[in-house]
Amino acid sequence: MPKFNLKINNTSYAIEADSDMPLLWVLRDKINLVGTKFGCGIGQCGACTVHVNGNATRSCLLQVSQAEGMNITTIEGLSEHGDHPVQQAWKEVDVPQCGYCQAGQIMTASAFLNTNSSPSDSEIRDAMHGNICRCAAYNSIQEAVKLASKK
Amino acid sequence: MAASKPMTFSRRSFLKSSALASGGMIIGFNLFNACKADVKPPVDLSQLNYNDFNAFIKISEEGKVTIFSPNPEIGQGVKTSMPMLIAEELDVAWEDVYVQQGKLDTENYKRQVAGGSQSIRYSWEPLRQTGATAKQMLVNAAAARWGVDASECSVSEGVITNANGETLGYGDVVAEAAILEVPEEVTLKDPKDFKIIGKGKGNVDIDKIITGKPLFGLDYKEEGMLYACVLRPPAFGQVLESFDAEAAKALPGVVDVITIGQKIRDYRAQGKSNWTMAMSDTDKVVVIGKTTWDAMKGKKAIKASWKTETPLESTETHNQALLDLLNGNTFNTRRKDGNVKNAFANADKIIERVYEAPFLPHNTMEPMNFFANVTPEKVHLVGPTQTPEAAANVVADLLGRDIKDIQVEMTRMGGGFGRRLYDDFVYEAVEISNTIKKPIKMVSSREDDMTTGVYRPSTKYKIAASIKDGKLTGYHLKEACVNGNMYGLIPNFFPAGAIANYQVDTVSYKSNITTGAWRAPYTNFLASAEQSFFDELAEALGMDRVQLHMDLLDNVKQNPEANIEYSPDRLQAVLKLAVEKSNWGNTEEGVYQGLSVYYCHNSHVAEVADITMENGIPNVKRVTCAVDCGIVVNPLGAMNQAKGGVIDGIGHALYSDFGFNNGVPQSNNFNTYQLIRMGQTPKVDVHFIENNIDPTGLGEPTLPPIGAAVANAIYKATGKRLTKQPYMSNMNVENSVVG
Ligand code: FES
Ligand code: FES
Repeated sequence: MPKFNLKINNTSYAIEADSDMPLLWVLRDKINLVGTKFGCGIGQCGACTVHVNGNATRSCLLQVSQAEGMNITTIEGLSEHGDHPVQQAWKEVDVPQCGYCQAGQIMTASAFLNTNSSPSDSEIRDAMHGNICRCAAYNSIQEAVKLASKK
Repeated sequence: MAASKPMTFSRRSFLKSSALASGGMIIGFNLFNACKADVKPPVDLSQLNYNDFNAFIKISEEGKVTIFSPNPEIGQGVKTSMPMLIAEELDVAWEDVYVQQGKLDTENYKRQVAGGSQSIRYSWEPLRQTGATAKQMLVNAAAARWGVDASECSVSEGVITNANGETLGYGDVVAEAAILEVPEEVTLKDPKDFKIIGKGKGNVDIDKIITGKPLFGLDYKEEGMLYACVLRPPAFGQVLESFDAEAAKALPGVVDVITIGQKIRDYRAQGKSNWTMAMSDTDKVVVIGKTTWDAMKGKKAIKASWKTETPLESTETHNQALLDLLNGNTFNTRRKDGNVKNAFANADKIIERVYEAPFLPHNTMEPMNFFANVTPEKVHLVGPTQTPEAAANVVADLLGRDIKDIQVEMTRMGGGFGRRLYDDFVYEAVEISNTIKKPIKMVSSREDDMTTGVYRPSTKYKIAASIKDGKLTGYHLKEACVNGNMYGLIPNFFPAGAIANYQVDTVSYKSNITTGAWRAPYTNFLASAEQSFFDELAEALGMDRVQLHMDLLDNVKQNPEANIEYSPDRLQAVLKLAVEKSNWGNTEEGVYQGLSVYYCHNSHVAEVADITMENGIPNVKRVTCAVDCGIVVNPLGAMNQAKGGVIDGIGHALYSDFGFNNGVPQSNNFNTYQLIRMGQTPKVDVHFIENNIDPTGLGEPTLPPIGAAVANAIYKATGKRLTKQPYMSNMNVENSVVG
């Protein structure tokens, strides 16, 4: 089985895997970083969002062979103490209901705020449109992204 | 201090305490069962026995409180709100409370179920009594040490103070308190003295959620665990004929390929059944992999052929069958007041409409999955289920094991909405582990999850009303539903009791598609139908929509034989509040409002939707929601639940569609099945009625009314009555008959 060198949350991992194995499952089942969630496997829900070289990326669509040499950040590595401004805002607004989609939401929001630090409401709505929340915590998500942008 | 309410309960009722070997005190309690006279809570924490007690409070010598909370968490917030009830009466600072999910009690626990918005309702008094009792024991211990009367002591945030101003912390007296008698009578606080209940408390798992810690079933792992994906028939009505696993077995990550199904058939052959077993008993092919991906990949490599065993159904079949039933005369009458027939015969005018809704999958964000490890010693089960007790009982039967061997642990659940009331995935996991004698986790892909669901059944209503001399004289609702009908008390919901001649008839179509409870079962669409109908009715009567409701509810109050489930006063109050807060009738140019008011799950709700039309497409801008669910235990959680219910309701009324073609579900993932997304969501303003009535459900009741509020607003904007969900797919259809 081929070997891949991955840089995840500033740690290097040498992983043996089929080259078409999605990064999502490498993270979850091989490296035990289970914060990144599986929702659809086809890039439609955003639950599996991670940062690849700073960009919000669907890890269910990124094959491990394509992830080599990239700087990958998962929810576990977003901040050292869980206090990234987006995480703080999520806590202040008490966003989660079931919580399952929230890692993906946070990763999308944090990458977005890096490119647009004072977004309008409609920019936030556009940016977050790709992340499904089945519990429909959308009002709170929108509010938390806004709050984070002010931090 | 306000006049508080002393509560007496029998000593043997549900509480026992003891001292912990490690120091501190433990109080075991059983919410819904009397403990046996001889049971004792453990002295060692590792021995927590959920058979006699389904929950425990531990108070350490440092004064820290740990609550082992029993109810499963599906996102409705009970893991936060139930401990809040205990902490309130125990009089400790919420910050000093640590909440841990308890394990399943397989024997005695009656309601370890998250469903029907009932968790808070049933536990409201027992949990508060538990907290109050523990507090009383601690106070008694302190008073004994001081040699004063307990009634001279007061408590604030875990510190007991006597008349001389001396203080003792809970931790200081916990060892003495632990060996005291459990008092028979305790005083519960007056709601206006609440310090924790009614104050917004954040989700107790928030830190873990926002940092991605393992919490959910899908995150659970054990040494040596393998992953299993199950290939089930592609169409309802088909069974496995044969399969070829050669290509799958050749994959390096595939460990084994097996079939399951025999255990379910054996169980049924013994004449047994259980409502949580919503599944077919055909053989299914299981691929065991080293990772989830390996198992998924292996499953795709299986070549299977299927044969048709029962007729393959399609959406057209269902539509026609349900319409035929509605037009037929094979109904069960669920409620009959007065004489509808006469009222219609004498009417000046009759209005009649048919309302239609499709099947719906639950689509919890976390797909179905479960861990099982069947060994000669025990059966260890871990994962997201809303009905652990039923699961344990069925598993014991399936495997022919003693119920004591079955250990179920619940994880946090990535959504429920009714899906995890059914345990088909638990039974599959158990059979797989039993066959290969290894710990496994069964994982469904989204496609598996969506195409082998336990769906909200497709339903149609025909509602007719008679008008005589400008007055509503009769109301006749007929329901035709796939696999079952509205149950129990629903026929006694509004407008029952308000109209002299009132009748509810139901008829069911038997289908081979698995169906079941879906968030706010039956009312999730019934409310849409009825509250759309009332909009039309008000128009036909030439009446203001609000006035019509107020008048009808006044009728109920005058009707001594109303035999109803709801409170007309509380419905009127939420209606008034929604009207006031939404600025009903005074909108800006281009904004259209629709109203809906409904009672279900013991709560009363009124909603106003504000919409605009953009290029012929309705855009829901704002929803004003007035809710009476009694005392709001956790306003922060309640707000989330209420808003989520509204937006969920809009999504499914407007966008989500699910059909079948020759037994095959027509959508299997989020590229073809539409769930509401942020760009489609309104701002939801929720207003709670403030009262001191015991709390009722909140996980469900804001969902049912919203469909009609939106449909009624669309009518104002376009002049079109929408009767078929999802509305966006049926914007141009009018299937009504107005006579
Ligand atoms: S799991 Fe990757 S987008 Fe849904
Ligand atoms: S919080 Fe449950 S899916 Fe978003």
